[in-house]
Amino acid sequence: MSRVRLYQVAVIAGLVLLVEALCVGGVIDKVTMPPPHRIAVDFFKLLTTKTLYPEIGKSMANVLIAFVLAYVLGIVVGTALHGYKTLRDTLDPLFATYYAIPVFAFYPLFIVMFGLGDGPQVLIGLLLGIVAVIVTTLNGLDRVPNVLRKTARISRLTPLQTALRVTLPFCAPYLLTAAKLALAYAFIGVIGSEFIMARSGMGYEIGFAYTNFDNATMYPLILLILLMSVIMNSALSRWEKVLLARRGQQ
Amino acid sequence: MPVPHVSLSGVTKVFPASAGGQDVHALGPVDVEIGTGEFFAVVGPSGCGKSTLLELIAGLLPVTDGHIEFEGRRIGDEIPDGVGVVFQEDACFPWLTVRDNVTFGLRDTAFDAQVRARRVDAAIAMMGLLEFADSYPAQLSGGMRQRVCIARTLVAQPRLILLDEPFGALDQQTRLLMGDEVLRLWRETGATVFLITHALDEAAMLADRIGVMSARPGRMIDVVETGWPRDRDSRIVEREQFGAITSRLWKTLRDESMKTMGRMTTSA
Repeated sequence: MSRVRLYQVAVIAGLVLLVEALCVGGVIDKVTMPPPHRIAVDFFKLLTTKTLYPEIGKSMANVLIAFVLAYVLGIVVGTALHGYKTLRDTLDPLFATYYAIPVFAFYPLFIVMFGLGDGPQVLIGLLLGIVAVIVTTLNGLDRVPNVLRKTARISRLTPLQTALRVTLPFCAPYLLTAAKLALAYAFIGVIGSEFIMARSGMGYEIGFAYTNFDNATMYPLILLILLMSVIMNSALSRWEKVLLARRGQQ
Repeated sequence: MPVPHVSLSGVTKVFPASAGGQDVHALGPVDVEIGTGEFFAVVGPSGCGKSTLLELIAGLLPVTDGHIEFEGRRIGDEIPDGVGVVFQEDACFPWLTVRDNVTFGLRDTAFDAQVRARRVDAAIAMMGLLEFADSYPAQLSGGMRQRVCIARTLVAQPRLILLDEPFGALDQQTRLLMGDEVLRLWRETGATVFLITHALDEAAMLADRIGVMSARPGRMIDVVETGWPRDRDSRIVEREQFGAITSRLWKTLRDESMKTMGRMTTSA
């Protein structure tokens, strides 16, 4: 284990121990938050009893759909936009201010349009993630050396072949950053909208547990979301590291 | 003079003005004929349009006036078949191994897997990179990466190889050795080679004929025949004639380079 990784583990362990001490010592009362060891036990129960598996499965499926749609559409739009400077310049102010728009405010409209099913949740996850992917893709494509584009032309590649074989592979590290952003936004969008107005899913269950003071359900679900998000992001980061190492950039 | 393989007639390039500026007459008119299997080098002062000339022949840029023919066919908007280019900049694909980089040169040709593998291995071996076939470009030196690019160009067996200052980023010793490699490949492949370089000694060592270009807009103001035998290597730099060629090149180029320097000083 590297020294940095050791410090990371030590910081997390230290924080958990601090919270444990605050909970056991009564500084944080039991109604607000059970001690971490209790959350760990409840988390284990959550995984073994399997009662919430359908909710977890539904949320994860929606996160996955929102992520894939935001990622694929974002790359396609970003790649297409890169070839049209005027259109890109026109849209730049929208991209720059996009995250100032509270997408969740449109949730009632989406419900009217798509009903109470999974559609609005996926759409919010998609809308939150897609612009981050577009902007990151454009940023990566801006950095493709001109000589590689010339090489593609000399090899008589079509624009689509150039994108698939040269420019997009070149910006793979950027696309992995885009994937991390899209994943994070998919989690925020889907779980967040389940909180607001849904009848199932992890977000709904957390909200339901919260209103019923059911800490034994709420905290393990929060921990599960946290773990899944961290694990997926870590896997992408590791992949990014491998790609950068191959290019001598780390 | 061998049979013309590439011919340029009145080739002119003018770049349209950017916002608020003036049109830039970068090149021409240039008239020159290059024979089949000839090694033709072009030298000239900075900014005289050498690389533009190469990009026009490669079909990467359209001519403003005049025309270029390769094997009797006019080069238009499309990249002509049978042309390979090695650029000065590192054009290796950093995400691909040496083998995959070289294979890229064969992407769209209809060979079966065995023939492809054989040709790729032959190109890698020709450039002395067999033991690095599975390495990534980041693990190689600048000279080795340039050899990967040459192998990628050679694997397609081009009939015309365009070299745009391919050794510009390399040290002097590596350049001499790479020059030997290029001469060997030129003999073995029988391809026509068109080399752009700013190094007079490199041009004098490698080429059959050397075109000397004027300051911008670049025109061919002299063509020097070296008279070297086809079977030659970097040891020809020891010959008396080598000194005579480089000094003739410098004599022609000096005034043109001064013009460029003057322009740079004025614009500064």
